[in-house]
Amino acid sequence: MNVSELTTLDGMEDAALAGPAPVVVMRRRARKHFSFLFGLVVLVLVVVVAVLAPLLAPYDPYIQEIPRRLMPPVWADGGMWTHMLGTDGLGRDYLSRMIYGARVSLTVGFFAAIISGLIGSSLGIIGGYFGGRVDTAIMYVVNTRLSMPALLVALALVSIVGGSLTSVTLILGFLLWDRFAVVMRSATQQVRTNDFVLAAEAVGASKLRIIFSEVLPNVVNQMIVVATLEMALAILGEAALSFLGLGVQPPTASWGLMVSEGRAFMFFKPYLIVIPGSAIFLLVIAINLLGDGVRDITAPEGRN
Amino acid sequence: MLRFCFARLAIAFLVSITVSIIGFSLLRLSGDLGAELAGENATQEDIQATRVAYGLDRPLPIQYLDWAGKAVRGNFGHSLFSGEPVASMIVSRLGVTGQLAVFSLLFAVIFGIPLGVIAATQPNSWIDRSALGVAVFGQAIPNFWFGLILIVVFGVVLRWTPISGSNTLAHFILPTLTLGTSAMPAIMRLTRTGMLDVLDSDYVRTAHAKGLLPHTVLFKHALRNAVLPVVSLSAVQLGFLLGGSVIVESVFALNGIGNLAFRSIQRLDFPVVQTILVFVSLIYVLLTFLSDLINAYLDPRLRVG
Amino acid sequence: MSTVLEVSGLSVEIDVPTGVLHAADDVSFSVDRGETLCIVGESGCGKTITALAIMGLLPRSARRVSGRLVLEGANLPDLDNQDLAALRGERMGMIFQDPMTSLNPVFTIGEQLEEVYLRHRKAGRKEARERAVYLLERSGIPAAASRLGQYPHQLSGGLRQRVMIAMTLMCNPTLIIADEPTTALDVTIQAQILHLLADLQREVQMALILVTHDLGIVARIADRVAVMYAGRIVETGTRAEIFSTPVHPYTQGLLRCIPAPGRTRRGSPLGAIGGMVPSPIGPAIGCLFRNRCRYARNACAPNEITLAEISPGRACRCVLDPEESRRNFEAQ
Repeated sequence: MNVSELTTLDGMEDAALAGPAPVVVMRRRARKHFSFLFGLVVLVLVVVVAVLAPLLAPYDPYIQEIPRRLMPPVWADGGMWTHMLGTDGLGRDYLSRMIYGARVSLTVGFFAAIISGLIGSSLGIIGGYFGGRVDTAIMYVVNTRLSMPALLVALALVSIVGGSLTSVTLILGFLLWDRFAVVMRSATQQVRTNDFVLAAEAVGASKLRIIFSEVLPNVVNQMIVVATLEMALAILGEAALSFLGLGVQPPTASWGLMVSEGRAFMFFKPYLIVIPGSAIFLLVIAINLLGDGVRDITAPEGRN
Repeated sequence: MLRFCFARLAIAFLVSITVSIIGFSLLRLSGDLGAELAGENATQEDIQATRVAYGLDRPLPIQYLDWAGKAVRGNFGHSLFSGEPVASMIVSRLGVTGQLAVFSLLFAVIFGIPLGVIAATQPNSWIDRSALGVAVFGQAIPNFWFGLILIVVFGVVLRWTPISGSNTLAHFILPTLTLGTSAMPAIMRLTRTGMLDVLDSDYVRTAHAKGLLPHTVLFKHALRNAVLPVVSLSAVQLGFLLGGSVIVESVFALNGIGNLAFRSIQRLDFPVVQTILVFVSLIYVLLTFLSDLINAYLDPRLRVG
Repeated sequence: MSTVLEVSGLSVEIDVPTGVLHAADDVSFSVDRGETLCIVGESGCGKTITALAIMGLLPRSARRVSGRLVLEGANLPDLDNQDLAALRGERMGMIFQDPMTSLNPVFTIGEQLEEVYLRHRKAGRKEARERAVYLLERSGIPAAASRLGQYPHQLSGGLRQRVMIAMTLMCNPTLIIADEPTTALDVTIQAQILHLLADLQREVQMALILVTHDLGIVARIADRVAVMYAGRIVETGTRAEIFSTPVHPYTQGLLRCIPAPGRTRRGSPLGAIGGMVPSPIGPAIGCLFRNRCRYARNACAPNEITLAEISPGRACRCVLDPEESRRNFEAQ
């Protein structure tokens, strides 16, 4: 090897140091990340089941067949393939109710997360970006909200307004925005001090434009992570409210409601509470793992 | 330092007042309380009569000031259902909820902090993964369902513990387990994250460089720093536990404030409901203030102003 | 015997996602009592890793592969963790780069100083406190007794570094390693700290290893110098030898980068070493400087080039004849 060959190594080193594009890196990480994949697969499955409910459910979830009540699932004594997950106290097919119940959970989870996301993120980003008095005012609002016991307030509101899918979604959406506000505020504060934001301000870009084109793209990852968390909380919240009777009303199939309805028989027919409860549990785990995965993939430096 | 306390106290006070206003207004604004109280078959005259009887026809600010004025003197009104003074209803049930909340927090801290420390000292080991698994479990499981399962398994099948009521300490075992499991994950994760950061820090490296024994470095230098945010979180968690005890008290038939709130909500006993809302909020505000004080005591850097 | 530390053939490997990183390769040098050895090199050349390896403070992902580290007759790698911890702080101490983060924020200065003494000596609190006050004063901190109750965040960077220095001296170690002790400080404070270190050494006669990238510091404080490049020692010698008659082309390149009054002609371009440091990941064959060296030849590539002794205390890792090298340098 002579000297002239050696010097050409410089150019190659430069290219090798550049590395692949960030999106490619993230995709690679995503493929290897078990929690993320597991969460994504389970969530997609539940969504598909919920969307295709009319096609997948063997029975109408509201039809009662009193003679066939309290049939156990197919794997227990006396179970039959015609009612794979058995029937509840009113003879309604459990499998069908479970499938339709997915719709309730996903609807509440998804829309409550969107509503609380809009409210909380707006407050957080505005407070984090403008700082000063605006920020103090917003933090004051957030603190006030945090001081109120969310569950009790939700219960009180539902009892006055009446329980339904809509009211529960709206109430949860208007109560669960605090984490969005806190996380988005601190994320915005961190991005705010970056040079590219200062540069945009120096050039004279309007505040709105800066927020949307400089700040937002950099905080959106954290927003997604919080959104998954809040979606899980909304699902648990709806289940709890429905369990207490102040959520979705019968005869609608909600997993939380099904646990409450099955409670009377739980000592002899535990499947009545085990099945819907496990579904809530599984769905929430999946969403949480998905959120953890998104965080790990988009910002592994923050991983711990 | 004193100025710091006053500032915090002032903010806490302002938040409390705001919460009381909101709690007060929410109940009255979100629907026609008069109509609800009058019942389904009431006529317009009945509803109006109901409104006047409860003072609901007056402007909201007047209603609030009237209530606030009495509240400051300790008069929180009477239950629409039983006629008892609200204050004594709450006080008599405070013990049960207080015990449940404190026990649950102790459970969460006693299991959460050591688990977090161990997980941090052996990252990516089976202990670490198990700890994270436990955290995922605790965060995802619906409280009410977990409670029911515990009742079936431990109360009925195994018959180890009582399953309802609150007569003895043993009655608190399952409820504490249920509520504590929901509070533990956050504490464990925060401890673990904090420890991982701290163990990587320069001052821990200095401690090693001084030849200090490993357990000295871990407990004296590392944990002392890592535990700061956990203390704050614990104080705040206590507040959440007070508010979130509704479910557990309902499942285990504990006669605490949560249960009282729930029944009062169902019965539209709004004097009780709004007093409980304000009460729980005040406790939360107090706990936040307390955690600020504890933080300032533990972290010398915070004591300036 | 006045040799405090003898390092021979130290190699440190670190597992990274893309392979094995050779952080330090065949590092050998020695330090005597009362002597200041400066290990100089650019960022990433392995000097900090070497320092950490001596102290036994390597990160978990690092594996010390081979080599002897003999401190006053004891080979450090042979010791178990407990014995090693007993030596740290007592026989050897380390001063780190960033005084802002190297002190524990929740304990007082006094507490952190005293605990070293109490750990290694069977002494009471009073004795520890007296020693702490004495060393703080000796390190140039005014009103030393009142400082004991203060917290790190209440002190300036320069004062904190003085506290670090005092802390390392609490048990009178025979070896002190200072890793870029002045890099994080203002220029005016830098001079004071260096002066303090030199002063203390004159009095205590400990061996001092000072790791730095700044040749100016080397010129001021070093007795002997070891130049590192890409994880290897490429040249050692006294300060005078290194600065006036450098033998290794890398050392020569470094010195050429510094404008010397009297020697550098006005208007002439400043020296620079073209190219970049090769990646430390993967096996290293031959001389690692060859793709940036103006004297590179075929012999530089295939074989292991050892750190050969030119004269007592003077070594160089290069295939060139030392005489030829010196002539090359003088020809500039």
